[in-house]
Amino acid sequence: MTTSQANNPLGPGYEGVAGSEMRFRDIFRDTLRAEMNRDEDVFLMGEDISGGFDKDTKEPLDAWGGPFAATKGLVQEFGVERIRDTPISEAGFVGAAVGSALTGMRPVVDLMYFDFVTVAFDQLLSNAAKSRYMFGGQTKVPLTLFARSGAGTGHAAQHSESFYSMLAHIPGLKVVVPSDPYSVKGLLAAAIRDDDPVFLVNDKKLINLTGFVPDEEYVIELGKGRYMRRGTDVTLVGMSYTSVVCQKAAEQLAESGIDAEVIDMMSLSPFDEDILIESVAKTNNVVIVDEDTPRASMSSEFAAVIADKGFDHLDSPVKRVTSPHSPVPYNSALEQAFMPQPEDIVKTVRGMLGRD
Amino acid sequence: MDISKEKLEWIYTTMYRIRRFEETMLEQTLKGNSMGVAHTSDGQEAPPTGICAHLTDKDWIGSTHRGHGHCISKGLDTSAMMAEVFGKSTGQCGGKGGSMHISDFSKGMLGANGIVGASIPLAVGAALTAKLKGIENESVGVSFFGDGASSQGVLHESMNLASVWKLPVIFACENNGYAEATPSWYAVSTEDVSARAEGYGMPGVVVDGMDVFAVYDAAGEAIARARAGEGPSFLELKTYRYHGHFHADDTSKYRKPEEEEYYKSLDAIKHFERTVSKQKLMTEKKLKSIRDSVEQEMLDAVEFALSSPMPEISTLYDDVYVNYSNPIAGLR
Repeated sequence: MTTSQANNPLGPGYEGVAGSEMRFRDIFRDTLRAEMNRDEDVFLMGEDISGGFDKDTKEPLDAWGGPFAATKGLVQEFGVERIRDTPISEAGFVGAAVGSALTGMRPVVDLMYFDFVTVAFDQLLSNAAKSRYMFGGQTKVPLTLFARSGAGTGHAAQHSESFYSMLAHIPGLKVVVPSDPYSVKGLLAAAIRDDDPVFLVNDKKLINLTGFVPDEEYVIELGKGRYMRRGTDVTLVGMSYTSVVCQKAAEQLAESGIDAEVIDMMSLSPFDEDILIESVAKTNNVVIVDEDTPRASMSSEFAAVIADKGFDHLDSPVKRVTSPHSPVPYNSALEQAFMPQPEDIVKTVRGMLGRD
Repeated sequence: MDISKEKLEWIYTTMYRIRRFEETMLEQTLKGNSMGVAHTSDGQEAPPTGICAHLTDKDWIGSTHRGHGHCISKGLDTSAMMAEVFGKSTGQCGGKGGSMHISDFSKGMLGANGIVGASIPLAVGAALTAKLKGIENESVGVSFFGDGASSQGVLHESMNLASVWKLPVIFACENNGYAEATPSWYAVSTEDVSARAEGYGMPGVVVDGMDVFAVYDAAGEAIARARAGEGPSFLELKTYRYHGHFHADDTSKYRKPEEEEYYKSLDAIKHFERTVSKQKLMTEKKLKSIRDSVEQEMLDAVEFALSSPMPEISTLYDDVYVNYSNPIAGLR
């Protein structure tokens, strides 16, 4: 199977492709394993990525196997040097990962909850992102980080953020957001093999979802989006879990005769300007759906690009469906109201098409 | 004295080169030939020289905003350094980094760093690479930082990490008594920063940072320990910067003249000269020939920097990434 076929899960490439239905969490771990087998310079660091040690033998217990058991079993295969449990010191170990990347390794860091990125932010911004540029291209930082984002699981304000836009703002960093098992396999492999620092943000709501995953090894080119559904009336732009929400909304819209196209951005920096303009040129209407808060966000960035390069194609103003400009609440009813829901998208589309 | 003749010559050359580079660079900056902010380290020649005397290009150092001495001690070319401070295309980073970001990865120099304390975990990471590759005996990480950075959380995280992972790291705290204008007696909770090493399970010693022989000996022990796989050490090098925090800083507003005079009486270069003369290890003729050659080197460095071309404006967009599919240029 070629990469271009794998990039098009809804297209003819899937016909006859060997693969299976898998959980997001399982293909995530399988991909980490495959990349560690592929390149001995790849190693993993993070809090409790194995978790626990026997006091007498000092052997790892793999009691946690990582947050959400993302790395369960890997320490038995690769040992404690390459599956490296860290103290709780994000600035310290992210900085050490940058130093290790600068000196020849390809570290992969599990930052657990995406909110914790702020604790390590200086190392990401000042060292990971800037070293290549400020040293005049002498070096590179082949570092991968991943963490779990998103509301909807009762983790409250400090364990539920989706502010990947803060990272996408930083020159020197790349940001990817898988939305299903197929995309996490290709994006994680691409991130680890990439010579720039890449942050993979995965929404917690994806972890137990299943989807078709081709057996063969493939990478998804960073900076490319994909069509999840073809349609002619309106473009719904999703990223991370909102790509799932957009597909649900498209199904509801289809019931009332509105034919929505769904784009899954997959990469936020770089991102696929062409697919946005190509789709808007066809549908002439666009709704961008993001669980991040709306100010200075990916949704505002995509809207700006569409306004700049696709203005003549538009029949209606660019609309956005986002979370409110607020922290994530704990109470489940408040939390559901915080997150963009399929019904919010349906209502917005009906309004913009005059189909109230 | 257990130092070879060649090493003694290297030490003197390096210390004198640092002194004259800083003085020359400051003079050029005040003339308007540099393009920005520059922090000088003259007065602090002994710590980087005495430590890097034990290192090779395979060892890594992390540095600070006051990093010229670290660069010179690690063997960087002074013409390329001067050109970098002048913002020229021939500079060590092509004019993209300036005084605060001089680096040379071919020499094991991870870069000077403008965020106080931010380079400390980089040296820990370099040591982690050495451990993962099984080359601790030939590749240690030295992290240079000041008394100001001793208050940064990332130092403490880095010391804990290096200790629990038993990494070949030397934490080299150049305590010059001041963080910008703030004295360490005000901002640091302990008389000796090195006392904190005990809390992280590593040896910590106070070293006379105006005596390069004392630095050389203490660093030798710490680096041998790291190369032997015995883990990190902490050196606190009590030293003094002769000039202000940055090129336009007036120290008379926060330091007493008698204090400055006292430290100048301890001058590391004069101390070296007295010691080698007394012990008849180097002749005055040899010392002078080294000084003369460094003087010529500085004239050449300034001439090189002045005559070098500016970077092409198109380089503005280079090296943000290795590969990136979106435009780098801004919107106009």
